[in-house]
Amino acid sequence: MSALLTLDRLNVALPEGADRAHALSDVSLEIAANEILCVVGESGSGKSMTANAIMGLLPGGVTLAGGRILFEGRDLAAMSEPEMRALRGAGIAMIFQEPMTALNPLRTIGDQIGEMFVIHTALPRKEIGRRVLALLEEVRIPQPAQAAKAYPHELSGGQRQRAMIAMALALDPKVLIADEPTTALDVTTQAQILTLIRDLQKRKGTAVLFITHDFGVVAEIADRVAVMQHGVVVEHGTAAQVLDDPRHPYTRQLIAAVPPLSAPPPRPLSPEVVLSIAHVTKTFRTGGFLGRGARVTHAVKDVSLTLPRGSTLGIVGESGSGKSTLARCIVRLVSPESGAITLQGRDLLQLDANAMRAERRKVQMVFQDPFASLNPRRKAGELVAQGLVEHGTPRAEALARARELFGLVGLDPLAVDRFPHEFSGGQRQRIGLARALALKPEVLVADEPVSALDVSVQAQVLRLLADLQQRLGLSIVFITHDLRVAAQICDRIAVMKDGEVVEQGLAGAVFGAPQQPYTKALLAAIPGPKIGGPVLIPTAAEAI
Amino acid sequence: MEVVRRYARSPAAVFGIVLLVAVVAMAASAGWLFPRDPLSLAGRPLIWPFQNPRFPLGTDNSGRDIAAQIFYGARISLLIGLVATAIAIAIGIVIGALAGFYGGTVDTVLMRVTEAFQTLPNFLLLLVLVAVFGSTLTTVTIAIGVVSWPAPARLTRAEFLSLRNREFVQAAQTLGLKDAKLIFGEILPNALPSVIVYASVVMAVAILLESALAFLKLSDPNVASWGNLIGLGRDVLRVQWYVSAIPGIAILVTVLAVSLVGQGLNDALNPRLKGR
Repeated sequence: MSALLTLDRLNVALPEGADRAHALSDVSLEIAANEILCVVGESGSGKSMTANAIMGLLPGGVTLAGGRILFEGRDLAAMSEPEMRALRGAGIAMIFQEPMTALNPLRTIGDQIGEMFVIHTALPRKEIGRRVLALLEEVRIPQPAQAAKAYPHELSGGQRQRAMIAMALALDPKVLIADEPTTALDVTTQAQILTLIRDLQKRKGTAVLFITHDFGVVAEIADRVAVMQHGVVVEHGTAAQVLDDPRHPYTRQLIAAVPPLSAPPPRPLSPEVVLSIAHVTKTFRTGGFLGRGARVTHAVKDVSLTLPRGSTLGIVGESGSGKSTLARCIVRLVSPESGAITLQGRDLLQLDANAMRAERRKVQMVFQDPFASLNPRRKAGELVAQGLVEHGTPRAEALARARELFGLVGLDPLAVDRFPHEFSGGQRQRIGLARALALKPEVLVADEPVSALDVSVQAQVLRLLADLQQRLGLSIVFITHDLRVAAQICDRIAVMKDGEVVEQGLAGAVFGAPQQPYTKALLAAIPGPKIGGPVLIPTAAEAI
Repeated sequence: MEVVRRYARSPAAVFGIVLLVAVVAMAASAGWLFPRDPLSLAGRPLIWPFQNPRFPLGTDNSGRDIAAQIFYGARISLLIGLVATAIAIAIGIVIGALAGFYGGTVDTVLMRVTEAFQTLPNFLLLLVLVAVFGSTLTTVTIAIGVVSWPAPARLTRAEFLSLRNREFVQAAQTLGLKDAKLIFGEILPNALPSVIVYASVVMAVAILLESALAFLKLSDPNVASWGNLIGLGRDVLRVQWYVSAIPGIAILVTVLAVSLVGQGLNDALNPRLKGR
């Protein structure tokens, strides 16, 4: 195998005061033409830093501290900035995670792709236009001529990523670096983009360095795999080797933490319904001057669901399916126009503001973003005690209760005096959970509570949630886009699309024998269906 | 403390605080260094500075000690600056918070009122207020505060708009917190750093507004203020220019000090800008 790009004991130093001295230490990797190398790791593993080091795009204060980056026999680490500029795009191209921010919002797609030719070649304008169209056809954007004239915001997320790929491939680079290119996309779009990258790579013989955190994606696309942890490559080998027979304990742990795509055996459900949602509809109206050009979005359309006591109802769907709006309707952050949300026989939508405030303690919410959902200016203990104090508990007693709750969610009770930024993402999500549990709610609404977490932390939080459900008899509405997670934790599943519930039933039934074409498509799009550890929450099945 | 350490890292900010401390020291020591009434006649009119050791900064056209007026003027300028700023920021925060938090009709009404104030040049409005309510120190201070609130209001509103839909605010709302607690307990502390930084701009402008009023001889004539002294010096500007220039420098130094401190606070309170 002749390597096209070789990293030879690459070291990258972090500025003083960072949590470790080196972002990368002694990273050695080789990529040959016509292969896909997946670099996989959790956040902070140094996988993105590797890509940035190759492109010569290290952030300020971060420096190369040794090693070589050989591309076609030349050391990129020793190259001058003008030489590097000539190489970027032409020799090595890169695509990014978020195509919306990687594209200039003020210029058309065709213009931005054409710029690659303007910078690196002397082609006449007409020829450039022709090539841009050919590229857009190649990445299979629907209606390429219109897409070339469109601005980034006029395309969907998947189309934007296709445009980015077209731009990256414009000059037939030898190496393509893809940094989490499908992470921001819906699962069905992700499947299409993965197929596209695979096809183009095969056809052009490009070497692809594919960075991801998702072992499902690795199983789908990788020829070879390198696993990184804390800036060190802990294991590398062919995809089959690493996925089927992982050697390093960290790799084993990562793969075991991926939730398998099958539901545990069903638990008996209580006949008592704690929460029922009937014909709930929410429409958003935006913009428009004097009623002209106004846009109407039917976020939630006539949704009816029931939640048996002590069970978990999963609401799954892609972005824009209305699942988060539905969650916000249940906790009354958003008021639906019609329908009824009945909690223990009382319709929440009929309550006035004061009665609702008293009733709020019965329905609590856990939010998605562990960084945004905690007020940075309050201590963790205060955050948890806040609700209790508001509902009349004396302050000292509420703080004592907060310490108890910290213990309950697996945090050090002494940590109540620390501020949110002193905790890790998973710990913050535990604080959010403690805050929601403080009021002893009947129903817990969890809106993508583990989506922002690394896979191993995600598994811990899910186990905690299942454990608490059993101990406290919680009824949970669990919103997620991740069907693997839903399969593990939910008794019943409702699949949403464009504001409507297209299918609902027991988790086993929805995953084992989906009825609707949309559900089937969703399940088929999940990358690496065979990848996955043991059932995450074995206790759920044993609880019968 | 972290904020203090970050503040101390900027030489300009440290220079600003030194100047500000000097001005405060002048205000504090005025009664002790110049026990006599600064507005009483002290000597021959129009003595140039550094001529007579009894009057290091000379005397004005009526023979009053300029140094004494500068020291006592520091009190007036700081007082007007602080009180007027407090008034402007308080009104601004309330209006901006309500508009940003409730949105919709409340926002529309409050912002139209704010714009009505903003479209009038605030100095003109100030002249009208002083003409109507008279020019005592109290009315002048309140009037300056009342014409300076629209900008802080808009800033507070912008901060509230971006913070209003953060998840931590929604989380507090699902806990059942009342609106007043959401506004003042959750959102305002996070919006405050930018508003505090902006307060330094308001204070600098307030000091300048008072001087401008005094220059037009519309400020309180019964107190020793820098503006009054500049107004007096206007009559002898071509020959005895120092009568206007010395208080002018005092105003310059104070406004510079307040601005530098504000800039330093901005850098210290917004760590995101660190390293730029």
